Amino acid sequence: MRDATETAVRLRLVYLARLREAFDSSGETLMLDHEAPTIDDVAGRLRARGGAWADELAPGRAVRFAVNHRLARRDDTVSDGDEVAIFPPVTGG
Amino acid sequence: MPVRVQTGDFDAGREIASLRAGDRGVGAIAVFVGTVRDRNDDADVGRLTLEHYPGMTEAALEDIVAQAKRRFDIHDVLVIHRVGPLAPGDQIVLVAVTGSHRGAAFDACEFTMDYLKTRAPFWKKERSKDGERWVEARASDDEAAARW
Repeated sequence: MRDATETAVRLRLVYLARLREAFDSSGETLMLDHEAPTIDDVAGRLRARGGAWADELAPGRAVRFAVNHRLARRDDTVSDGDEVAIFPPVTGG
Repeated sequence: MPVRVQTGDFDAGREIASLRAGDRGVGAIAVFVGTVRDRNDDADVGRLTLEHYPGMTEAALEDIVAQAKRRFDIHDVLVIHRVGPLAPGDQIVLVAVTGSHRGAAFDACEFTMDYLKTRAPFWKKERSKDGERWVEARASDDEAAARW
């Protein structure tokens, strides 16, 4: 018999640079109960918190996502145990 | 190691010598060094802090180097990027490319820098007497990268 927790996706979120300051957090664990959540689902869940989350992750804001150290698109899916990083456009060099 | 992320400074001459060592077919070495500009004219100059994403930054740089090697007829590439607190005049980044001829070496060096500026996870924060602010990404960098 399937347990409800089997569909849960546990993510390790990492916030970098200016977003770390805006969210006042360097990261957290996030649980999603979608079957196959996407980056968009993660962003939507965070936006729902309001405040800086809604502001920084609003449509049109230049935010980048990476899953397990690889740049990701909004429609990419995430899996249990994935590390999802959220950061501003890069400014190295 | 083709890429290094480190807090300490680098000696470009020594790194170039290491990169080309043992490769007698090298006829050209194209090198770029990026340094911290003093953006204020007064004496109270600012400090720059470079943040990165350990794990992804190195992987992204390795991917850029791999792309450069696939796209250009070159021998080898070295990228060193510093992180942590830096002062005006400090070296930030080194890109060195060895090749048989200068055309591909120049192109690969420029390509590597253009891709690093738009794809490598680093973020600069400036501190001056007016306070701290995160440097904004530039549209000109995206345009430069789009040329390749």
